[in-house]
Amino acid sequence: MLRTATASLLALLGLSAEARVLHTEKSLYRNITVLEENGERCMRFGRVASSRQTCLRLTQPDQLVFDYTRMMLGALYLQPQPRDILVVGLGGGTLPMTLRKLYPQARIDTVEIDPAVTRIASRFFGFQPDAAMTVAEEDGRVFVKRQLKQGRKYELVMLDAFDHDYIPEHLLTREFLLEVRGILAPRGVLAANTFSSSKLYQHESATYAAVFGDFYNLQTRSRVILLRQGGLPARGELEANAARLEKALPYYGVSQDWLLPLFKLSARDWPASTRVLTDQYAPSNLLNAM
Amino acid sequence: MHSEPQRLYRPLAAVPRLRWLRTALVFGIAGWSGFYVMAVELLSGRLMAPSFGSSIYVWGGIITVFMLALSLGYLLGGQLSLRAPSLRKLGLILAAAGLSTLPVLLFGDAMLDFLFERVSDPRYGTLLASTALFFVPTVISGMVSPYAIRLLVRQLSASGKSAGSLYFVSTFGSAAGTLMTSFYLVLWFEVNQIYAGLIATSLLLGALALPFDEVVDA
Repeated sequence: MLRTATASLLALLGLSAEARVLHTEKSLYRNITVLEENGERCMRFGRVASSRQTCLRLTQPDQLVFDYTRMMLGALYLQPQPRDILVVGLGGGTLPMTLRKLYPQARIDTVEIDPAVTRIASRFFGFQPDAAMTVAEEDGRVFVKRQLKQGRKYELVMLDAFDHDYIPEHLLTREFLLEVRGILAPRGVLAANTFSSSKLYQHESATYAAVFGDFYNLQTRSRVILLRQGGLPARGELEANAARLEKALPYYGVSQDWLLPLFKLSARDWPASTRVLTDQYAPSNLLNAM
Repeated sequence: MHSEPQRLYRPLAAVPRLRWLRTALVFGIAGWSGFYVMAVELLSGRLMAPSFGSSIYVWGGIITVFMLALSLGYLLGGQLSLRAPSLRKLGLILAAAGLSTLPVLLFGDAMLDFLFERVSDPRYGTLLASTALFFVPTVISGMVSPYAIRLLVRQLSASGKSAGSLYFVSTFGSAAGTLMTSFYLVLWFEVNQIYAGLIATSLLLGALALPFDEVVDA
């Protein structure tokens, strides 16, 4: 009786009875839990069941667990040979580590505001920085702005700084995206992990469209925006790149049969009057709750 | 103490019927000033974020500057209340706090860019930026409460009660300013529009106090 009650309580909290907590930590920004269940090791923020940040399949650590990380790699269909890469938001380090394995020669900059997240990524998720893959411990906006002033360019920028229930509002404004556009190399690609539901969807879409024009809108339960500086490629180029990557990507759980059909041009499925988010108007968290 | 010239007419506020209006204005100005300071402070975080981020130390820098400025304002307001205190002057203090916020609207972005270029540590960047933009208006806002208490106190034995009601109104105003700004105003307006509205309200309330120029000498 007590056991059932405990089990249902745990289930309510989003923990299965066998979940094993490896580590908990109150960082400057959030509560972080590392736990193992169903053969997966996950990092969680807060206490909400749906706020899994990073998961690692213990038997196949290189397989990507989440749809959104697989869709983020879709950026490679637009730019199959990135040499300079920026990843904003480290999490467990899955994206930079996968990119490192795919591109041993690439220069990969990562930015993570929370030192505890970086520590946990190294200790529990196999994240290993190297001479050409460093972590800047600072706010993503400040980092991007400095690179812009210094004239640095990236062939691939990945924005993964949002979590399910909190958005750094200054990382979702027209001004920020203009700064990101400024650090993209001529055919540089941007991949952004964003929001699939709530009122924020339209505002976010309108903001990306205002800065970049057309973008690919990849949606499952997650949503990823993909776009390229100077315009999207023809379908043929996309398919050719996908075919080229078919040797490497399936090892990480990404196949073109799954990923390619998700490449849909944004249908402008938001009202034309939708307000663009700016540094002056950025109530993203309030909009996300509506 | 200097003496006021003999008046040939009765000051408006001396008309007994207007006494309640005078007291209401003192409380209104103090409550609004509390609202104003918190709204300005919350929005300043919005202004800092594009240049210095929204880390915990950015907020630390902002709050430090506001607290320092307020503490200095309390001292100055108390001093100023020693010399011929009047409701008109209280209104002028409020208006001055509003006007001194105007540079935030006019030069805020330029100032932040300037500091971003020169200060690489966001902690000191925030500290300098909030000092440059918000120190003066917040010092002046801090002067409001002690000055208003001087206008309310009629007898020594009730001075604690006057101070208590004044603190109540001004801190209640701060709570309202915090809630309104963070829950609603940012959803309806742009940051600079909110600043403009705040400044305009301060000027308007300050102007309402202008006719009440009698010196309180009780």
